[in-house]
Amino acid sequence: MIIKIKTSADVPSSEITPERIYRSRRQFMQVTAAGALGAVAGSLLGEDGFRLDAAQENLPPAKKSSFTTDPSVDPLNTLEQITSYNNYYEFGTRKDDPLRYAGRLTVKPWTVKVDGLVNKPGNYGVEDLVNFNQLEERVYRHRCVERWSMVIPWIGVSLSEVLKKVQPQPSAKYVEFTTLVRPSEMPGLQTAGLEWPYVEGLRMDEAMHPLTMMVVGLYGKVLPNQNGAPLRVHMPWKYGFKSGKSIVRIRLTDSQPNNTWAVQTPHEYGFYANVNPTVDHPRWSQAREQRLPSPLRNRPTLMFNGYGDQVASLYSGMDLRKYY
Amino acid sequence: MIDRLRQPLAAAVAALANWRFFKPAVFLACLAPGVWLGYHAWRFFIGGDFMALGVDPSITLLHETGKTALILLLVTLSITPVRRLLGVNRLQAVRRMLGVWSFTYAAIHVSLYLTLDQLCYSLATCEFAAIWEDVLKRRFIFVGALAFVILLLLALTSTTGWMRRLKRNWQRLHRLVYVAAIAAVIHFIWIQKSDIREPLNWAIWLAVVLGIRIVFAIQKRRRARERLPVTA
Repeated sequence: MIIKIKTSADVPSSEITPERIYRSRRQFMQVTAAGALGAVAGSLLGEDGFRLDAAQENLPPAKKSSFTTDPSVDPLNTLEQITSYNNYYEFGTRKDDPLRYAGRLTVKPWTVKVDGLVNKPGNYGVEDLVNFNQLEERVYRHRCVERWSMVIPWIGVSLSEVLKKVQPQPSAKYVEFTTLVRPSEMPGLQTAGLEWPYVEGLRMDEAMHPLTMMVVGLYGKVLPNQNGAPLRVHMPWKYGFKSGKSIVRIRLTDSQPNNTWAVQTPHEYGFYANVNPTVDHPRWSQAREQRLPSPLRNRPTLMFNGYGDQVASLYSGMDLRKYY
Repeated sequence: MIDRLRQPLAAAVAALANWRFFKPAVFLACLAPGVWLGYHAWRFFIGGDFMALGVDPSITLLHETGKTALILLLVTLSITPVRRLLGVNRLQAVRRMLGVWSFTYAAIHVSLYLTLDQLCYSLATCEFAAIWEDVLKRRFIFVGALAFVILLLLALTSTTGWMRRLKRNWQRLHRLVYVAAIAAVIHFIWIQKSDIREPLNWAIWLAVVLGIRIVFAIQKRRRARERLPVTA
């Protein structure tokens, strides 16, 4: 392996947009323009162009976190892969729907309602919840319940830092996340076959675990809309559907939240959704996974997605077959 | 009214079916999706372009081959109703070819599942137990496997030799194609997570084609009864 010492003059590789992405954006704008009608669409094009460029905004420098995978074992997926293959059903159920349609999402201004069992309820801006001077870059393995995985350099802070600001009461046992529903900007809402809004949740000790991340950025930049801008959570030891995107409400509660997929298909998806090679999805085995872009499902799934050292103790004594 | 629509349509279809290159054209049309997919697969596997098949190459390959097999099966099943409704008998000339093409894509689809999903590119890596478990425990794979076994059987007995050998049983055997088509559509519906719009289109097509056949069968029976001599 070549070890390169960075100098301040070097542009970090994460700041260079791969040419193909750049081109696909131009193409996207051209396609939008081709389908456009008159001034209305003209202004839409301007908006899309602006949004996409806004997604390129830099973030304040982020510290490298010790919660980072070994790149020689888990090489990073490219920005193009991470931003063009997304499950974000509010924009459509195909994997490239979010790339296609999320550009029009308005993420500024953004308000998060914090309520329930907290001492400081209220409406918060993103900057009120996340300290942008304390950002960290963490490279996490991301495992989808559909048996594919990626390695992703997130930027953000521990969710516990966010929760400390709003002061959960001792009676709070769970955190519930509600994500955005905006029909004017989300074409998938009517067709995805899910109940909206999308709701997810964590037990309090899971939410306070340092690995649980409130994400605001990707590859050193502001988080792209299709990945859940302006803020989302990520728990690397759980299947991806637990990690709600574009969060608009954080509620602290004493009862277990009814998370969307567990309500939709209870025998397939549970509340905990910990990555577990021994508990199969009814329609497929979880024993092996496919690390994109490899076409082979040849990687043994790791218990807790390989984060067992840090999180296994959260579940000691629990029957993980029952609490899947 | 219907006749006024039917006649120009029948004339157009007849012109197409009587075209000298009709059969080769259908052959090339069936080959095209495979060539297209093969080209992108070549770019991915040989050219090293990791986006050539989208971010997830195995889903792209599995989805496209499966979908093509199903569409060709539905086209095959549409030949007889269209032929009879429009009176263009020449259409019959491509039915067997379409059916065999459908089987070909289904065979590629199954091979991809075995190689990419179950690592059967070598005997040492092949996950035999997992395949067995998939077929028995997962209903969407079970119905998919059922559809494939039927198509395999029908493709093997599709030759003129087998037609002669099996005589009347050949038609009875080949009626299993309806089971295969229904199983293939269910296979597609059962793999969806929540949004079933895409397979629903194919389900509607299949329902229409089967519905027309049921009407034909009822008409045939009624005609047969009218011809019966009155005995009582």
